Amino acid sequence: MSELALRVSGLDVSYGGVAAVRGLSFEVGSSEIVGLIGPNGAGKSTTLHAIMGLVPPQGGEIALGGVGIRGKPPESIARSGVALVPEGRRLFGELTVRENLQLGLAGRRRGEANGSELDDVHELFPILRDFAGRQAGTLSGGQQQQLAIARALVARPSVLLLDEPSLGLAPTVVDLVFSTLEAIRERGLAILLVEQRAQRTVALADRTHVLANGELRLTLTRDDAADTDRMIAAYLS
Amino acid sequence: MTLASALTDFIRDAVDLQVQADAIGLGAIFALMAVGIGLVFGVLRLVNFAYGQLIMAGGFALAFAGERGWPVAVAIALCFVVVVGLSLAMERVVFRPLRSQSPAVMLTATFAVAFLLQSIALLWFGPLGKNATSLVSLNRPVSIGDVEIRKITIVAIVTAAVCLALLVLLLNRTSIGLHMRAAALDFSTARLVGVRATLVSSVAVVLAGILAAVVAVLLTVQFPTVTPTFAPRETIIVLAGVVVGGMTRLLPATLGGFAIGYVSGVLGAALPSAQSQYLPSFVFGLVILVLLVRPGGLFIRGARTVERV
Repeated sequence: MSELALRVSGLDVSYGGVAAVRGLSFEVGSSEIVGLIGPNGAGKSTTLHAIMGLVPPQGGEIALGGVGIRGKPPESIARSGVALVPEGRRLFGELTVRENLQLGLAGRRRGEANGSELDDVHELFPILRDFAGRQAGTLSGGQQQQLAIARALVARPSVLLLDEPSLGLAPTVVDLVFSTLEAIRERGLAILLVEQRAQRTVALADRTHVLANGELRLTLTRDDAADTDRMIAAYLS
Repeated sequence: MTLASALTDFIRDAVDLQVQADAIGLGAIFALMAVGIGLVFGVLRLVNFAYGQLIMAGGFALAFAGERGWPVAVAIALCFVVVVGLSLAMERVVFRPLRSQSPAVMLTATFAVAFLLQSIALLWFGPLGKNATSLVSLNRPVSIGDVEIRKITIVAIVTAAVCLALLVLLLNRTSIGLHMRAAALDFSTARLVGVRATLVSSVAVVLAGILAAVVAVLLTVQFPTVTPTFAPRETIIVLAGVVVGGMTRLLPATLGGFAIGYVSGVLGAALPSAQSQYLPSFVFGLVILVLLVRPGGLFIRGARTVERV
């Protein structure tokens, strides 16, 4: 594996005494995509929320580049180099595309801004430059997803978390999202991808962990993408 | 007096230019209070019932400085220091630790702070309060054409316009302004992208405090006797205006504050003196009527932005 960017070890998260994630451990290196798949309620989104500081873990460690971030508030974790593209995108619909991107700059790590962040995401998503003055809420679903990913990228994170980025999108837009993730990986980012599209995720990611009932049940590689039976078995286990 | 002649008198008084100018002046002051309340509500989702007590504290600071014969500039500076200092203390000691609690808990906390400040003022200054007379000369009128308008009316309108323009610039042209707007729209997502919750909360509270200090200066010119109950009544009226205008957005809230100040000013001047005691009933009756018709706010557009797919 390349240089370690994110390490989650023995993560436990509960909601009101009900365990949502149990003893989960995995690592993501730079220039890697790691997938998290599994049925609804498996603990995928909860894992992302715990990493981002949105829910307090009851146990385990979360380290970014070897430095513990567990227990820190979300804005502090964002400023440490972790960016989340949340489920449903959660854009500021009343603000313009430009303003949404400028908000992403709030997550820059101190001293790392050089003014080229917006140019970089415009290169990746040219449509955002064309629609810079539009209200984000008036964009189509696919355009909003591009904006959500761009907003996360302008902070120049070392780890990018994505929570179901293909949800509700047309197939052609899903293709765009997945090809964009490959391009982002080339830039050296560590990507943790939570998805319902299991086969596509396994085909894209360097490793894909299958979660069920909050536990890691199986780890798949790209070679397993065509093995539909194995994936179904993992889901039903 | 017949109903028709009473109505004629009311309309004649209501459209009188001097009454209109005073009403706009009062509306301007109430608009500033509405912005102060709306800023804190927008970022912290907190209805600060202690806002009136901040203005009261500013009034006492002006009276304190006036009693000692300090220059007007020093008195105003002291007013700002006291009000902004109290605002920050309120935010640090009460609002910030309770930020994650339910709205009911936070609302109760602001009531407690309001009564605490009022009780302290009662102990220090007594029920009769103090006079802040440094700026009463602004009550003298100036003639504009055939109309005599009090200087304070002009000062209030200009001050409110300048303050609102500066605030709009800050919110729309600066990074911290953008962060505050984002926090007001969705605090949780704002934190996710790296907006510092503590910073935007503190800036909102400081800005609200600055506006409270401005209001304290303007109000003490018109009502120089500062008592422990100075301003809380106006705060309740402004809160009603903010709710009527639309609590969840700053501009509608400001318009609501202005509207209720303006209506109060016109009704206060146009109602016959025998009926002026009914002014609050008229105003709040109107508030209930507006809320029944437009519960989301008078100045809030009905439809939210819908995602195009």
